[in-house]
Amino acid sequence: MRMSNKTADRVATAVFYFFAFLIILILAGLIGFILYRGLSHISFGFLTSPPQTFKVGGGIGPQLFNSLFLLVLTMIITVPLGIGAGIYMAEYARPGRFTDFIRLVVEVLSSFPSIVVGLFGLLVFVNYFGLKFSLLAGALALTVFNLPLMVRITEQGIRGVPREQKEAGLALGLTRWKTIVKIMLPVALPTILTGTILAAGRVFGEAAALLFTAGMSSPRLDFTDWNPFSPVSPLNPLRPAETLAVHIWKINSEGIAPDAAQIAAGASAVLILTVLLFNLGSRWLGRFLYRKLTASR
Amino acid sequence: MKKTMLVLMTTVLALTLAACGSKNDANSGGAEGASLSGSILAAGSTAMQPLVEQVSQKFMAESEYSGVTVQVQGGGSGTGLTQVSEGQADIGNSDIFAGEKFTDADADKGKELIDHQVAVVAMATVVNKNIAIDDLSKQQLVDIFTGKVTNWSEVGGADEKIVIVNRPSSSGTRKTFEKYGLGTKSEDLPGNIQEDSSGTVKKLVGETPGAIGYLALSYLDDSVKTLKLDGVEATPDNVKTGEYPIWAYQHMYTKGEPNEVVKAFLDYMVSDDIQKTDVTDLGYISINDMQVTRDEAGTITKK
Amino acid sequence: MKATLDPARPGSEGAEPTSRAEASSEPRAEASPASAAPSGGTPPRPTARRKSRSGGEWFGKTYTLICVAVLIVTIFSIVYFVASKGLSTFFVNGVSLKEFLFGTKWAPDGEPQSFGALPFITGSFVTSILAACISAPLAFCAAIFMTELMPKFGKRVMQPVIELLAGIPSVVYGFVGLTVIVPFFRAIFPGQGLGLAAGAVVLSIMILPTITTIATDAMSNLPRGLKEGSYALGATRWQTISRSILPAVIPSMLTGVVLGIARAFGEALAVQMVIGNAPHIPSSLFESASTLTSVITLSMGNTIMGQVQNNVLWSLALVLLVMTFVFVAIVRVLERRSLR
Repeated sequence: MRMSNKTADRVATAVFYFFAFLIILILAGLIGFILYRGLSHISFGFLTSPPQTFKVGGGIGPQLFNSLFLLVLTMIITVPLGIGAGIYMAEYARPGRFTDFIRLVVEVLSSFPSIVVGLFGLLVFVNYFGLKFSLLAGALALTVFNLPLMVRITEQGIRGVPREQKEAGLALGLTRWKTIVKIMLPVALPTILTGTILAAGRVFGEAAALLFTAGMSSPRLDFTDWNPFSPVSPLNPLRPAETLAVHIWKINSEGIAPDAAQIAAGASAVLILTVLLFNLGSRWLGRFLYRKLTASR
Repeated sequence: MKKTMLVLMTTVLALTLAACGSKNDANSGGAEGASLSGSILAAGSTAMQPLVEQVSQKFMAESEYSGVTVQVQGGGSGTGLTQVSEGQADIGNSDIFAGEKFTDADADKGKELIDHQVAVVAMATVVNKNIAIDDLSKQQLVDIFTGKVTNWSEVGGADEKIVIVNRPSSSGTRKTFEKYGLGTKSEDLPGNIQEDSSGTVKKLVGETPGAIGYLALSYLDDSVKTLKLDGVEATPDNVKTGEYPIWAYQHMYTKGEPNEVVKAFLDYMVSDDIQKTDVTDLGYISINDMQVTRDEAGTITKK
Repeated sequence: MKATLDPARPGSEGAEPTSRAEASSEPRAEASPASAAPSGGTPPRPTARRKSRSGGEWFGKTYTLICVAVLIVTIFSIVYFVASKGLSTFFVNGVSLKEFLFGTKWAPDGEPQSFGALPFITGSFVTSILAACISAPLAFCAAIFMTELMPKFGKRVMQPVIELLAGIPSVVYGFVGLTVIVPFFRAIFPGQGLGLAAGAVVLSIMILPTITTIATDAMSNLPRGLKEGSYALGATRWQTISRSILPAVIPSMLTGVVLGIARAFGEALAVQMVIGNAPHIPSSLFESASTLTSVITLSMGNTIMGQVQNNVLWSLALVLLVMTFVFVAIVRVLERRSLR
């Protein structure tokens, strides 16, 4: 017997609602589970103290710092390059083979498996350039993923600038570069910034590539020594550094501290919260900048 | 905007310079007076990493070595040996003799490395708690790990399928277990589980009914059940006398003779103070307590 | 140099607008180092300005081109280094390509050694395609929900939720998979819970955002007339969705699915934690298996560079690399088709 159209419609709608809520449920469950297991372990001490090898009470202080510092390093390398290439794609590139080729490059680069990039980093940055396991090697490897993202974000942002604004700049007699830098880039900034922060969130959680490049250990850090040349300085980009995501991986696999499971749970919760913060931050900032820029103009 | 970019680029440049700068003062084994200075990079076995890290922190806290920085890296025994052999690391941590890793064309590279044995790790066979057996003979163990026996009833247990939690074939832990426990290679049987990390092995053996695996003594706790081998319990005392066979040295390799700074660290590592405290605290057996020695071929001699 | 590159632009053309711009954006001009430097006499000013103008243009072009060059150099060096390592298995160690691609026995440390990678290739394909099969219908539903049923709620809640899903680190997925999905599967299915099915489920959640985002974009870009026409003809919502919207978004959905498979194919840590890692083609979905990425993560650190055991892992990485190119090619073909 065939269902009447109306019944079919009702059933289908119900199915869609069901699956949509299922997805939300899965995510809520996922986040809830991680937070439920981890939140009770998070405290100021946990966030600031160094990890313990085999005693209870280790923290994730250095790892948290490493993750953030690595992010900053990566951004310092990626942002100028990505914005430059993005501007090229949006403004200078002429339709043709070469441009198609670059587009292909960006596409392929962004879909490389992170483990392949990690291995490449191990071979080239760690061994060949002699950077050893270091923050710099890690940042360079992360740049490989982040760069194509930045290029796309910038290109989109620049392309989204209304034509009139660009033409106004050119009409004022500004060169193309000046028009881009002084008129288009500021207008595109909210889009670029939002995208960058989202991309940063992804960098924050990356582990596979860092296992082979930034290393799995955190040497003694002296948080009073801010000279980047000193080997114990937190700012030294040549020291090996374990990030939060790598730390979770390590603790899960080799941790022998009695509270390893709780630390892993706590660190996971911190990681999720940070990514959440990045997401909300980018949304808020995007909206804020948009409002500010549209109001002033 | 342009200015910002300039600033960014100079920062990158500065960082690169900083990189070069700090590389220069590495390894300058200063011999002025009693205090040493310099830096040591030890890389390799992830299982050894906690031990070496722990000792390095103590080492750096000693006043006479305050000028020395020791960095400890994981990455696996293979990575450690690669890096020490290529001169990227000063010490390569390995849970297996270098000769077993450097084979064929690379055997010479292995011979350049000097072995410093700093501790002994013993491994025990562990099973899920639902298994009623508490002793397996060597032959039974071989039968299980080569797939001849697939049900616990065949080795005197209840009727239950055996689930093997093995290590990947490249793992040093697995090589030790095969060489000294089984005396033969184990098979990668269809359906068995392979995990490289002790934590995951423990978790899986603890959770999976009918599971069997092997773990270093330091990982043992009451989530799994430890088996005797041929009636001998896997205890430090039985290992020291050589009665319990499944153990391996923890090696720290240097390329050629170590320099002054590295030597100081290696000596510190085997000093009685460290061996009696940190080494044993972390579940290892002190190298100084061993009453037997074993060479690469597996020959055991009384000390 | 800068002046010669831009020889004597007719001054009359740009003079008037320039001075206007100068008046309106005085602080901005200060920010540019080239124009701020000489602020002494009256005559140098225009020259300095012109210098910075043409110089800026030159700088901009070169700078952006260098950035693009970096991209190109990066991709070529990745391909070169991975290929040179990965191919040495065949050229230096003399492993036959046929054995590598079609052999089913993996025993790099065995006697005799054998390097059949087929189990891993199969494992990778099965997990990622299975993941896409689970994920695609869910993604379709989510996209319909966000564009057709409750656009407001979709934008406010659903989209951020899905973006967040994309941001969760893979280590955390693996951790959750090992503590929730594996015990769950162990309880209700035969086997130990670890295996292809567990891997596929974890991956399906990880690729859900990729497919959903693309499907949603495709649906919101559909011409309004399509839907309205359907409703005007008296079709119900379900009829509209199944007869008008679905056929129109299928090409984009496919693109999304391929991108999702590509992402799943390259995912390493989460899969490695839940798949069991036996180097065999499993006989059931609930039996321990391996993927290309899981073998690499497991053994890379244990092997020594230059040895055949290590080289063969690079060959596996090369397979991953080649597959990336294949996936990108498929996506391109699909996109071209949907443009027509």
